[in-house]
Amino acid sequence: MPASIQQLIQQLINGVTIGSFYALVALGYTMVYGVLKLINFAHGDLFMWGAYLGLSGIIVALAVALPAGAWVVLPVMVFVMVIVALAGAVVERVAYRPLRSAGRLAPVISALGVAFVLESLARNVYGASYKTYPTDITPTGGFTFFGNVHISIMQVIVLIVSFVLMAALYLFIQRTRIGTAMRAVSLDHDTSRLMGIDVDRIITIVFLIGPGLGGVTGVIVALYYGSFDFTLGWIYGLKAFIAAILGGIGNIPGAMIGGMLLGVIETLGSGYMSPQWKDVIAYTILILILIFRPTGLLGERVAEKL
Amino acid sequence: MTAMENTITRLRQVPTRWWQIGLLALAILLPLPMGDYYRTVLWRTGLYAMLGLSLNIILGYAGLFQLGHAAFYAVGAYTAGLLNLYLGVPLLLTFPAAVLLAASLGFLITRPILHLRGDYLCIVTIAFGEVVRLILVNNLFGITGGANGLSGIDRPVLFGLVLREPIYHYYLMLIFLIVTIVAVHRLENSRLGRAWMYVREDEVAAEAMGIDTTRVKLLAFVLGSGWAGLAGALYAGKLTVIAPDMAKFLESVIMFCVVVLGGVGSIPGVFVGTIGMVTLPELFRPLKDWRDAWLGIVMVAMMILRPEGLWPSRRVQMEIHAEQATSTD
Repeated sequence: MPASIQQLIQQLINGVTIGSFYALVALGYTMVYGVLKLINFAHGDLFMWGAYLGLSGIIVALAVALPAGAWVVLPVMVFVMVIVALAGAVVERVAYRPLRSAGRLAPVISALGVAFVLESLARNVYGASYKTYPTDITPTGGFTFFGNVHISIMQVIVLIVSFVLMAALYLFIQRTRIGTAMRAVSLDHDTSRLMGIDVDRIITIVFLIGPGLGGVTGVIVALYYGSFDFTLGWIYGLKAFIAAILGGIGNIPGAMIGGMLLGVIETLGSGYMSPQWKDVIAYTILILILIFRPTGLLGERVAEKL
Repeated sequence: MTAMENTITRLRQVPTRWWQIGLLALAILLPLPMGDYYRTVLWRTGLYAMLGLSLNIILGYAGLFQLGHAAFYAVGAYTAGLLNLYLGVPLLLTFPAAVLLAASLGFLITRPILHLRGDYLCIVTIAFGEVVRLILVNNLFGITGGANGLSGIDRPVLFGLVLREPIYHYYLMLIFLIVTIVAVHRLENSRLGRAWMYVREDEVAAEAMGIDTTRVKLLAFVLGSGWAGLAGALYAGKLTVIAPDMAKFLESVIMFCVVVLGGVGSIPGVFVGTIGMVTLPELFRPLKDWRDAWLGIVMVAMMILRPEGLWPSRRVQMEIHAEQATSTD
């Protein structure tokens, strides 16, 4: 197999891995947008808190001498998911609910404010320097195929975990009563209320699921890269938001596809052009989409956005 | 809150002329007994007040969510710096070019995105701001000095006097600030100003009344961006060192908060906002690490408790309270 094709396959594998991170974070944006028509700027920082809490959790778990090794990560992930989910619900209760009827500008500013508080808190609590996860808990090694294409065990785990999470979320929203209620609320609050749906409760559930998923993603991202700092939330938050827009915001399969696509485009862009223009490529995609197709690839509600 | 409102109402009964004379005298005399540090703090206050006034045209009058305003501030500074360093143009003479370039960029960037509404516009402006910053960092044209930026820019020279001390820069800023206030005040009450506010409140109705909404919104962006460019050039003259960090998102957010904290569309509000967002954090240096948290708390609390701002424009205040009275959801 020619080297150029091998390189392309390698880039695609890396791109899909990063793309699945974007997709998992994008789901949080898109779900909140679905029910509240609000860009939850704080979502990226909740995700970042997931990475920090995961770090603390792993250090504590290793200190109390749980059976060491990779399995220590699982209880930590559950812990992070619960804490970040609760944090998400608290943010909604404190910063967004009082603004439900206050137009569109006020909640956006409030969300930005929450993002600043969360980021500043993380920087002051954990310090501004890069944090490193213990390296001995992440499995090493991998598979090589097609001669020179390499996929690490970590990448395989990441891909499996993200697909399981996404499939679970999709089934939850399509098949359960709460999922149906969520879809109803995202179409129309008043009519949902007339149908006997407790809109506030559904919104709270959305703010539990989205950030919960984001928090777990934070742990996975930190494990995958090994180190991170407090800017993680802002960088991934904006990228994931771009992914959500790319797929059509408010649309759950759209967020997954958008995330994958953005990851692949970015990786190909930095592989074949130059890594320092990676972010510019992502922002340019965002700008072009909003100019030419504001509904995204799978979006439907046209009039809403213009 | 009511006590504060009463005070404000009573203060409003003092004839405007007295106020103007008093404030002008205060602005001129205030820095005299101060040391260089506090003079610089005052200068920064003036700088951000100017940036706030420029953003107020876009965000306050026309109601367009610009969260990438710092990009134009950086473009102004870089225009001044590059013209001075490469072509030797005296700094004060670069000011018109800085304004012109920032305004043209404002035109080019915003023309294709004017049709976007509210929060979408907000996202695109963030993206544009980041693109401008990354272009400066990545040194696209090979002349911007990359992440380190430009240094060694000449001081402004006024009638043979080299403006070196902070006090000179303060008075230079004051002159430009007064010009800005007069201009913005006249704009506010002009035909264009009323058109902006009409567009802000109801774009469809404005269009039906024969207002060319595209042109009006574009003018807001062009004027606001150009003015931010002027502030950037003033910054370049004072600091003589400029870096891509000028265009970073935090700067745009600070400018945004300056306008929102004081009250969108209100000129005195911009000054109140500047004091809250720039001057106070500067004076409480030991708490510097918590400044972002403070910004955030102020943003959330303001939106919930007093969405019209601390010193609102009377028109906005009436609108917000009328809206709340009629809204049932």
